[in-house]
Amino acid sequence: MNATHEIADEKYELKSGTRSKLFMLLGAGILLFIIGVFMAMSGGEHHEGGEAEKGKEHASAQISKDLVASVDQHGDAVKTEGAKTEEHHAKTAPWLKRIYTTLWMNNVFFAGLGIIGLFFIAIQYAAQAGWSAGVKRIPLAMGHWIPFAGIIMIVLFFVVKHDVFHWTHADLYDKASPDFDKAITGKSGFFFWPLAPGGFPLFFVVRMVVFFGLWYLFFTWIKKEMLAEDLDGSIQHWYNSRKFSTIFLIIFGYSSSIAAWDWVMSIDTHWFSTMMGWYVFASWWVCGLAMITFIVASLKNAGYLKVVNENHIHDLGKFVFAFSVFWTYIWFSQFMLIFYANIPEETVYFVQRRLVAPYSWIFFANLILNFVLPFLLLMMRDSKRQIAMLQVVCPIVILGHWLDYYNMVTPGVMHGEGGLGLLEIGMAMIFMAAFLLVTLTSLTKFPLVAKHDPMMQESLGHHI
Amino acid sequence: MTAAKENFLVGIFDDEDVLLEAVGNIRDKGVKIKEVYSPFPVHGLDEELGYTRSRLPIAAFLFGMTGTILALSTQIWMLGFDWPMIIGGKNNYSIPPFIPVTFEFTVLLSAFGMVITFLIVSDMKPYKWPRQYDIRSTDDKHVMAIDLGANKTSKEEIRAILKENGATEVNEKSF
Repeated sequence: MNATHEIADEKYELKSGTRSKLFMLLGAGILLFIIGVFMAMSGGEHHEGGEAEKGKEHASAQISKDLVASVDQHGDAVKTEGAKTEEHHAKTAPWLKRIYTTLWMNNVFFAGLGIIGLFFIAIQYAAQAGWSAGVKRIPLAMGHWIPFAGIIMIVLFFVVKHDVFHWTHADLYDKASPDFDKAITGKSGFFFWPLAPGGFPLFFVVRMVVFFGLWYLFFTWIKKEMLAEDLDGSIQHWYNSRKFSTIFLIIFGYSSSIAAWDWVMSIDTHWFSTMMGWYVFASWWVCGLAMITFIVASLKNAGYLKVVNENHIHDLGKFVFAFSVFWTYIWFSQFMLIFYANIPEETVYFVQRRLVAPYSWIFFANLILNFVLPFLLLMMRDSKRQIAMLQVVCPIVILGHWLDYYNMVTPGVMHGEGGLGLLEIGMAMIFMAAFLLVTLTSLTKFPLVAKHDPMMQESLGHHI
Repeated sequence: MTAAKENFLVGIFDDEDVLLEAVGNIRDKGVKIKEVYSPFPVHGLDEELGYTRSRLPIAAFLFGMTGTILALSTQIWMLGFDWPMIIGGKNNYSIPPFIPVTFEFTVLLSAFGMVITFLIVSDMKPYKWPRQYDIRSTDDKHVMAIDLGANKTSKEEIRAILKENGATEVNEKSF
């Protein structure tokens, strides 16, 4: 394409209709959450399900016992969480524990959506990609969630730590205590260094603060360059963005992996998987891509983004398709090795998730929503080019990965007492409404189209 | 070579933008274009030539499905029924260990199937000598071949149409 195209100024306007819809989502979420809390409270020990649930809980207790027995047979000091130690601690009511769990799980999930916004931009700059010049403002808006997620996570950690994170209990590290746990003591440096095990988890908290701090710092730097480019059109901003992006990608490579160990894997303290960093990242990444695609498709439907045509939509669709398969690959790599090696410390993770409701049906729903459906629905070229199809598949992927995170976090905290009811659904709606409000409000604050992006002409001529 | 010769008019174009316009104009005049050869991919040429999308992906999917079903059923039958063996304390037929083989076989069959289908559809059999309308299509010229036998328009008219649409040369070629 030799001809240069004129680019019209565009600005996103958060219409009162959209805003009130989001507030309705927020309100409905709060309402469902409150109903869910009351249902969980009145249910007491045994929530919603009643008799059937009791049976399952019994079954899960039996499974835990069997596992402990099998582990003991191997002459290992490792104890299964929740089997023995939990009884000695002051017990939090199950409904409160459910609130804590769902808060933590939703925050990790939505923090990922925010950080993937920045990651997407960084990848585009580092790869010097041209096609994406017209859509980069949407992930930029998603990145505004990072500081909110960071503050919520740090505050939340101090609220929920004893209920969600088994390793925060001091007596696990006390040799004189009956709860002394050799395996966790061995890992204590990763949480408590340089302080004494069982005290304040300095290393863990510092990591959390540093990660969010660095992510937010790079986000502000890249955002500043991107917006300054709109005003003076200097190509230097693009080079600066590329430099920041490259450094950020190196940092993110390490920090996303370690964040996955900290925020997700350390919940199942005894268990470990070398795939977990990749697994959490893959889930975040494909879900973030689905979110970007969904917002772009919706904006396009509403008449915005004239610089985006079906070729760009096709590329975004390919991203969602490809990384759904990538996620499946990672999922299978983790599952298959654990399944085949059949080592009790490792299999306990999947035993909990395969045999106890509601995790067992989520375990399979996970694969259907995140692999089978996107794979079959997005396989055809035409379906990736159709906005209507992407608006169906992207919410499926987002819901699927929300369930994926549910299954990563909840079984390790709640064991047999976990539930997926109005409480969890309401909390997810609250977070979704807040995330979308922050994203869309930020989107109104800068031009929707990067007029002076040096890649814009290439993007306009993009043809596949 | 067969006795009945096929006669072609070959238009040579220097510029791909001229070529793109010419293809549209010539087809509008009712002249059928046999094929256009270019030294590099020209975006939009296949749309101008009126080519529909290839159905090769559908063939690939069907070959892939064949691979999936064949690999899974073979493994289940062999390890589950024909010669049951206990490996690693697992069931005789447990699906997870079969997945890598199934995946590889799916890829293998869809790749081989696609290549073979493509060769058959494009008539690229062994010992087939490619027709060279103009050797410069491998260097710096775009070459448009028009089959005179398939067109009702006379040779001189087509020559005139090619000339007025920006062909730098018009040659005759017979095979």
